[in-house]
Formats: sequence, structure tokens, C-alpha cells
Amino acid sequence: MIILFYLSSGLFLGWSLGANDAANVFGTAVGSRMIRFKTAAIVASIFVILGAVIQGAGANHTLGKLGNVSTIAAAFTVALAAALTVYWMTRMRLPVSTSQAIVGAIIGWNFYTNNPTDLNILTKIVTTWVSGPILGGVFAILLFMLVKKLTKKSSVHLLYRDSFIRYGLLAVGAFGAYSLGANNIANVMGVFTGAIDLPVIDLGIVQFSSTQQLFFIGGIAIAIGIVTYSKHIMETVGNSLMPLTPEAAIVVVLSQALVLFIFSSQGLSNAIQSIGLPAIPLVPVSSSQVVIGSIIGIGLYKGGKEIKYNILGSISLGWVATPVVAGIIAFFMLFFVNNVFQKDVGGDRKIHSSVEVKHNNIEDITDVNDTLLPNYSTEKQSENITDSIPTKNEQRDNSFGGFSTIYLWIGISILFMVILWLLYYLWLKSKEKRLDEHKLKSLEQKYQIKIESLEKSLKDKIHRHDDLGKELKFRQSEMVTMAMSIIRKNEFLNSLKDEIVKIKANIRDQEIRLGLNKLSLMITQDLSIDRDREKFQMHINEQNSNFIHQLTESFPSMTDNEKRLASLLRLNLSSKEIASILNISPKSVEMNRYRLRKKLKVDTKTSLNDFIRNF
Amino acid sequence: MSLLFKNVKQLVFDIDNFIDTVEQGVLVFKEGVINYINGEKASFADKIERIDRLEATADKLQRKIDDEFYSHSLLPQNVSDIEGMIDKIDEIIDIAKDNLYQFDDELPFIPKELVNDYIRLADTSVEAALSVFPAARTFFREPLKVKEMLAKVYFYEKEADKISRNIKRKLFHDMKDLRLSQKIHLRYFALHIETVSDKAESLADMLSILALKMSI
Repeated sequence: MIILFYLSSGLFLGWSLGANDAANVFGTAVGSRMIRFKTAAIVASIFVILGAVIQGAGANHTLGKLGNVSTIAAAFTVALAAALTVYWMTRMRLPVSTSQAIVGAIIGWNFYTNNPTDLNILTKIVTTWVSGPILGGVFAILLFMLVKKLTKKSSVHLLYRDSFIRYGLLAVGAFGAYSLGANNIANVMGVFTGAIDLPVIDLGIVQFSSTQQLFFIGGIAIAIGIVTYSKHIMETVGNSLMPLTPEAAIVVVLSQALVLFIFSSQGLSNAIQSIGLPAIPLVPVSSSQVVIGSIIGIGLYKGGKEIKYNILGSISLGWVATPVVAGIIAFFMLFFVNNVFQKDVGGDRKIHSSVEVKHNNIEDITDVNDTLLPNYSTEKQSENITDSIPTKNEQRDNSFGGFSTIYLWIGISILFMVILWLLYYLWLKSKEKRLDEHKLKSLEQKYQIKIESLEKSLKDKIHRHDDLGKELKFRQSEMVTMAMSIIRKNEFLNSLKDEIVKIKANIRDQEIRLGLNKLSLMITQDLSIDRDREKFQMHINEQNSNFIHQLTESFPSMTDNEKRLASLLRLNLSSKEIASILNISPKSVEMNRYRLRKKLKVDTKTSLNDFIRNF
Repeated sequence: MSLLFKNVKQLVFDIDNFIDTVEQGVLVFKEGVINYINGEKASFADKIERIDRLEATADKLQRKIDDEFYSHSLLPQNVSDIEGMIDKIDEIIDIAKDNLYQFDDELPFIPKELVNDYIRLADTSVEAALSVFPAARTFFREPLKVKEMLAKVYFYEKEADKISRNIKRKLFHDMKDLRLSQKIHLRYFALHIETVSDKAESLADMLSILALKMSI
């Protein structure tokens, strides 16, 4: 029972890993409704456990080399520090990964217990963090090219293709979950494997070692995380990075699964070594960061326009900030566990009471450790304990009341506060940035709507203007036609009148002459009182009402005749045509034009017609 | 989870069957118009009955396809586009049926001078529709090839426009003996027949957009 209590921090870490990272495997498939959540959760849970139990040892071994957390209290504290870091940084929306948090927490333990940190191993781990997303990107590009080629050439019905994609998503999801379990179980249970030794379970065909049993428990915690909480993340966060097509989702998940598999497969590493190549470092990598790398790979293949490069910055920040925060939290928590709760955290930091007991009776201590660490040989433990028994001088150095130690703690506290402040500042900045982005977005939307409505109204205006222009043109041509018909009719009547005069000169018969006079008079009357002309005049006034109104406003002294002449000039009629319409001589029209020019104050260089048309 | 392959096969069959039904409906429409113009009343009545049945079958199939798509959330990213496309295909048989019924209800008088024109119009308009169905089938298998199959649709649609305009011109310019009411009536029937090609053109537009979307 006490073991389960100590495991709780690791189980919590496993639960949060399942809740968050399952979205990397099935997020797009569930988010786009290609696969039901229930199916995804069952498949992911089974394969995560299988991956953890079958292939989880490789990455765990590397973590063990970085720092073999040897007591259960220390393992609990280190896992809790990592879990709190993940929880806290997630709450602050800072980039975080369990892989980096656990490494930081182990280094924190190394610092606290004066356990040397193997820089070669650390370099190997950090190199893997960087190369993981890059490798994911490379795999994604290659796979995407392959998928494109296959889909371009195939003439499979869209519905069959849809089914293939669904089964494909399920298959790569299962592989992804397996690799996730294999690679990331070390984050969850790795720290406990050195501290807890369970009896081997022999099922006849297979045997389950202590580590495998712990990984099985961790796998169940991840599965519980998937079942209880990942649905929400899959449906909301899973697709937020970039909406992927189902084909692209297959590529991304497969790339991620391959990367995680490569960095956790002992068999593959051995095979590579057997052909003379260097061994693959078996290190837990962040599945989220590999997914981001894969998506960026696809983005680069598509031309790189849609990529948000600032995400690379946030990944890099995660590489540095997460281990530092986790390390500091682990350091302080170990201090409390060690000094306040008087628990043995391994390394140089044995509890004082037990140190005294060790001085008195080493055998007793060995018994106590036997119950806690049954795999340790008595000789080894005695050796370790004897090695770890501090001399009086060492005790003085390690005592927390010492002058130099106080300064050390003050320094560490200041550093911790500075880092806390820095993270808070970063959080505030990112919050501000988010707010600014939100404001900018809403402003953009607002202005976009305004622009659209303005464009629409401008378009409407242009249309209306075009329509009006067309109508005006039509009316003008109508009036010109009308004017021309009046002109032709008047010309005809005038020539008729001339002919009558000629005939009248050769006829002596009074009666006929009288008749011809009457006819001539009728023509003259028709010319002066012409209904067509009146109608035309009415049209002119109606069509040019605005123009005439503006003209009257600007030049109040204008007479009706002048206004009429201006209206006719606006139709671009010649003086002769105007003369015919108004039944006056062309000379009179010229005179009227002159007067109009004077009244409108148009200089001699400007054409009167142009002035009126542009008025 | 997705459909089993057996069920997918059934749905693929239903979609093909749906397009076949609409295609048959359009052919029946053409025959029906020709029967009416030639005064073959019995055949015309048979065509009315057939197009009615085909339209009902198409509707039933459309509902079945809709249900399958939504209940199994098939092609989730393209489902609304595909449903829209199936709607547009269905509109073609709907309009063909309505038009044939209009012949039956309104009994338009077709003068001998215009018989050939109306037959040509029906033929060309139906040809536009017949050219769009292979493109719709290809969309499900090779979306990228759809665009090159649509040229014929646009050609026949334009031809149908020309014939329809020609009929209207003849009606209002040359045929002085007809009453205005008859001219207007005949003009509307030219329009009715032409709408089949218009619907085909609208489907072709949609297909070309969908093909473009699928290629991105």
C-alpha cells in the first residue's frame, strides 16, 4: 500500500501524459470524426501498455545512467517535481514536456545528493531532443511525398479511399500509441525502477520483471489518462496547431511513431551497431515536439508559407526552461522531504538520525534497507553506507547551520526567485501578446467587415453610376433623335413653304392663291407652335432639371431662353440644329450663344459647349 | 468506426445508381418532348409516367446516400460539398420532370416551322446534361481529371442558349400569324427546355470548384 502511495506521483505524471499526448496520436482522427473516440481510446490504451511493457526498458536505461534515483522517497519526490512542473507550466501555457521535466528533476536530484551528472549522457539526451523534431520533419516530408504520389496515381473511389484512410489512421495510431508507451514510460516510471524491486511474475511462457510490472502499472495510468481526459483535448486542442487533412494526419502520426520507436528500440539500436554504425541513443523524447517537427516538415514541403516559425522558439524555450524549473522544484522538494519529513533521498543526503544509527549499528541499517531495497546485496549496501557515512568535518560542511551553506541557500533562493520571476514575466508577456493578438484579430475582423461593406456600397454606387450613365446616354440619344426629327420636319416644312411661295408666283387664279396663302400660313403657324417642339422642350426641362437648377443657383440672372439654349448645347447640337428646333435663325442662335458666354463668364479660350457639359 | 468495405461497396453502387437514374430521367425527358412535338400522345403519357418513377427513385436514393454519409460521418471534410453536388444532380431530374409536366398541363401549340428548332433545343440541352454525368462519376474516382471533362457541357449549354434565342427571335420577328399570347407561351417553353442545360452548367461549375479544392 505504501508503495502505491509513493507511486502516486508517477501515476499522476502518467495520467497527465495519457491525457495530453494521446491527442498527438489520435487528435486529428477523432477531431475530424474519422475515428470515434471510444475506438481510439481502446486502441491507444492497449498499445500504450504493450509498448511500455515490451519496449520501455531502453529509454529507461539511459535515464538511469543520468541519475539512478535509489530510494523510493526520492523517486516519489522527483516524479512529483516533474508532474508539478508539467502541471504548472501547462497552466501558464508555457511549452512543456514530461521528457524534459523528468530529466530536469533527475538532475535536480543529482545536485541535491551530490551525485555527479554524466555530461556525456546529458549531451546525448539534449541532442536527441533537438534531433527528434528534425527527424520527424524529415520522415514527414518523405512520407508525404510518397502519399501524394500514391494518391495522385490511384483511381480509387473517394469512399474506398476514406475507408483506407480510417483504417490507416487506426493502424498508425496503434503504432503511435505503442511507440509512445515504449518511449515515454521511462518518464513516468523510470525513477521508480531503481528504488522499487517487485518479485518476478512467472506465467510459464513469459516472465514479468519488476521493471515490466512497474511499466505495466504506469501504462495503466497513461491508459486512464487517455480514457478519462484526452477526449476533451483531442476535440479541442488536438487540431489547433494546424488543421490537417486525414492523409497528412497519417503522415504526421506515422513520423512521430517512427521517431519515438527509433529512440526506444533496443533491437533496432543493436541491429544498427551490428553493421558498424553508432548506437541509437535510447532517450525519452517529447511526442508533441516531434509532431510539431513533422507538421513543419509538411509545411516546408508545401512551400513554407503557412509555417509559424515562432513555434520553434517556444520549443527551444521548452528545452531550457522545463528542465531548469523541474530541477529547481525537485531540489527544493528533496530538501523538504529529506529534512522536514526525515526521509532518505539517497546519495550523500542520508537522514541525520539514520547516520547516527549507522555509526552505532550498521547492521540495523542494512536490515532497514533490505526491506526497502531487497535487490541490493548486503555487502554493497554496507559499502555504500560506509562510503556515505560522513566524517565529522563532512558533517560540519553538510550541516545547514554553516555560514557558507546559508549563503549557498540564499544564492539558490535568489536564483529560484529570478527564474520564477522570469517565467512569470514570460507568462505575462505571452498573455499580453495573446490579448494583443486577440484585439488585433477582432479589429482586423471589424475593419474587414467595414471594408467589405464599403466595397459593396462602392460597387453598388459604381453599378448605379454606370446604370445612370447608361440611362443618361440613352435619354440624350433619345432627345437627340427627337431633336433631329424636329429639325428634319422643320426643314421640310420650310422647304415646303419656299415651294409654295414659288408656285404662288406663277399662279394668277385668286382662289388658288388664297388657298396657297392659307397653306403657307398654316405651315408658319405649325413652325412657330409646334407640339413636337413643346414636347421636346418638356423632355429637355425634365431631363436637365438638376442642371438647370444648378445653373440658376450659380447664375440667378439667366433667362428661360438662355437656360433652354444651355440645355440644347448640353446635347452637343450645332447652332444650325438649335436654330431649327427653336425656329429661329442660326445667326440668332450665334448671338444667343455670345450672350450666354458673357453671362456665364466663359473666356474665349474655353469652348462654351465643354463648359456647359462639364458644369 | 467507418463502414465495412461491403457497406462501402453498397454506397458506391447507390451513388452510381443515383447518377444512372438521373441520366435516364434526362433521356426520358428528351424523348417525352419529341413525343409531344410529334403528337405521339400515348408515348408521351408513358414518358411522363417513367420520369415520375425515375424522379421518385432518385429522391429515395438521395435520401439513402445522405443518411449513409451522415450516420457514418463519411468523408467528413468534403461531406457538405458532396451533398451539395448530389443536390445539384437531383435538381436536373426535378427540372426535367417539371418541364415535361408543363407540356402535359399547358399543352403548348408548337407551329410546324418551329418543330425542328424545339427538337434541336431539347437534344442540345439534354446533351449538356449527359456530358456532365461522366464528370460527376469521375469526381469520385479521379477528381483531378474532372476539369478536362467539362468543356463539352459548356459548349452544349452555349449551343442551347443560341437555339433558344433563335426560337425567340423567330417567334417575335418572323411569325406574324401567331398571337402574342402564343408567342409568349412558346417563349416560356424554350426557356423551360433550356433550364436543363443551365442546371447542367451549374453542376459543372460546382464540380470544377470541388476538383480544385480536392487538388489543394
